[in-house]
Amino acid sequence: MEIGYFVSLALFTTIYALFSLGLNLQWGYTGLINFGHIAFMAIGAYTTIALTLPGFIKEMPQRLVDQYPGLQNQEWLYGGLQFLGRVLPEQIPIFIAVLIGAGLAALLGLFIGTTTLRLREDYLSIVTIGVSEVIRLIAVNEEWLTRGPRGMFNYPLPLEKLEPNLLVKGGMIASLVVVLALIMWRLWQWLIRQPQGDQRPQASRLLFGLYLVCVAGVATCWWFSFSLTLTVTLPSFLQTIVLMILRLAMVVPLAICGVLLVYAVLPRPLQQWRVQALSTHISLLTVTMVMGLIMMFFGAHIMAINDYSFKAGLLWLLILTIAVIFWQMERWVTSPWGRVLTSIREDEEVAKALGKDVFRYKLQSFMLGGAIAGIAGSFYAWQLTFINPDGFIPLLTFQAWIIVVAGGAGNNVGTLLGAAIFWAYNEVTRFELPNILPLDDARLGALRVMVIGLMLIVLMMWRPQGILGKKEELTLGR
Amino acid sequence: MDDRLQPISGTPQVQPEMPLLTAQGVSKAFGGIQAVNNAEIHVPTGKIVGLIGPNGAGKTTLFNLLCNFIAPDSGRIIFDGKPIEKLPPHEIALQGMIRTFQVARVLSRMSVLENMLLAAPQQTGEKLHNTFFQAHIIRKEEKRLKEKAQVILESVGLAPKINDYAGALSGGQRKLLEMARGLMADPKLMLLDEPAAGVNPTLIQQICEHVREWNRDGITFLIIEHNMDVIMSLCDRVWVLAEGQNLAVGTPAEIQSNKEVLKAYLGQ
Repeated sequence: MEIGYFVSLALFTTIYALFSLGLNLQWGYTGLINFGHIAFMAIGAYTTIALTLPGFIKEMPQRLVDQYPGLQNQEWLYGGLQFLGRVLPEQIPIFIAVLIGAGLAALLGLFIGTTTLRLREDYLSIVTIGVSEVIRLIAVNEEWLTRGPRGMFNYPLPLEKLEPNLLVKGGMIASLVVVLALIMWRLWQWLIRQPQGDQRPQASRLLFGLYLVCVAGVATCWWFSFSLTLTVTLPSFLQTIVLMILRLAMVVPLAICGVLLVYAVLPRPLQQWRVQALSTHISLLTVTMVMGLIMMFFGAHIMAINDYSFKAGLLWLLILTIAVIFWQMERWVTSPWGRVLTSIREDEEVAKALGKDVFRYKLQSFMLGGAIAGIAGSFYAWQLTFINPDGFIPLLTFQAWIIVVAGGAGNNVGTLLGAAIFWAYNEVTRFELPNILPLDDARLGALRVMVIGLMLIVLMMWRPQGILGKKEELTLGR
Repeated sequence: MDDRLQPISGTPQVQPEMPLLTAQGVSKAFGGIQAVNNAEIHVPTGKIVGLIGPNGAGKTTLFNLLCNFIAPDSGRIIFDGKPIEKLPPHEIALQGMIRTFQVARVLSRMSVLENMLLAAPQQTGEKLHNTFFQAHIIRKEEKRLKEKAQVILESVGLAPKINDYAGALSGGQRKLLEMARGLMADPKLMLLDEPAAGVNPTLIQQICEHVREWNRDGITFLIIEHNMDVIMSLCDRVWVLAEGQNLAVGTPAEIQSNKEVLKAYLGQ
């Protein structure tokens, strides 16, 4: 697999993950049905780009007058605009622009929220989808503000001109390793806390280390099997199948090794092994493979940073951003503040009866989720290096919904997983499906969407709570 | 005031202190239906007061009006010396007036403990900005609240269920949890809407015991109930509501022998 391709795929996945995290806060935790999430992303993206494109805001008043010549007759207004043209700066530092973008997205949330959050949820969903279309149509028509359908390009990108020496690269890689280590540690903690009979296993650093070695083995095997794609040439259909078998054959033994290590932590390994439900074995196996994939992901990214390109740097920045936001979100939702949000999702009358200002909490959640989507918007624009209103159609909102629903609402890890699965599916079907089915592009495209729908139906029948959702939560009545 | 209110003057009781809750001339119409019409209620501090009436008399609506869950058309409601009819519901709750619901409303997909912790008023960690810098204080507070919740849950016998989902509790246990949750908020006045409805006789006895005990600890109660045994055994005073209007008020014994009340219950 080509590194450059991997990096841009990883960028899309992480941008969507960040975007969906915002929705998860609004819907998964607070129960606000937001069908216009893309509007926040659009605001974030356009604000960042407009503020950083050299000379763009300075000429904005002039372009406004060009587009609406009638303004020249309004002396006051015209004078004001000319004054603005003189005082506005050429451009704004890129990271401040991102913050302003997030702030404006939050302001949009404030605006929608104060007008509709007092109404019932269904009205909010109608209003949000309307607002997202209004924002997009403003972007199409107000050329002085957004350059309309011609779009914006040639804007400055973060870390664009960076030519890292060995030290800088080392620092970047070290920070990635820290993030990776934190992820692995959390997954390990989660693994050994899974229900395993009556006894609770003891965590041991040595075993954790051994476990990691096993997982790293899995990752390496995956990596080699992917690189085989380039070297071996077979008839395409056969190659797909052979590779599939190869990958499975290599991964399964190692994953089992990893799982066995987890069982070894138990006080009485062999007896415990037999007591486990099949689903426990399967989930342990799956987590081991997911750990392997994460290692592979970071391994590939480290290689990408080694032969530095702008996109690798962008991905590095994005991973740090999402790590910080994810950590902060986990803190929020486990705090008493998050508890109030969950109570609003469950029954806002109860929250009200217990003295919680429901409206304020809803507003905070809505604005915060919007700000996160705004930050995702900046990265979206940088990744595309060209934006126009077509990039902000309502479809993206619903892709975020697929991610949140599939991953398990009210679960931040589930959202990350959902994003990874969504993009993995997207890419696998884009490149492998043409090898298997002799159909033209248009039909294949339609088929892929149909299969997404089918998979969602199957998922909702098999695990209506989402992949990482809690099953008990579904069976509870009010 | 019409002649129906005769019994009030018939049982003159001079209150030594200001009542905790006074509502006067409270009215609410839903379209053409006058659900509550010029109703009045007084709840003296430290007492257990009952509110009874036939189905559809407007008892629950009056509750909703008192807590401002539904805004009254007119009327004056004074709680603890302050007018509250214009305050939003959460402010009223923070003043110390906590209500329960007719059909117990627990937060199903949260644990029993989380249900309890939620109820504590004015927590530091409930403010978003405090989650950044006050982590230490929040942790301490949570620990204290958990201990408090544990004590209350033990007293009502829900301690073994502390980590279960609240939605997995039985109907009676939900009623208990709802009351225990109200207690977490340190209320001055608790409004209980049919605490004994749909609960087995043994549990009803327990609930009565708890209410009496909490009352001894200084919490005032206003209780809507159809179960006359409960009203008889608990209440110091009973207000009767029929067709949205006050019908009578007095001690439980007086109410039981009141002809107007019997007529309203049994039909003309």
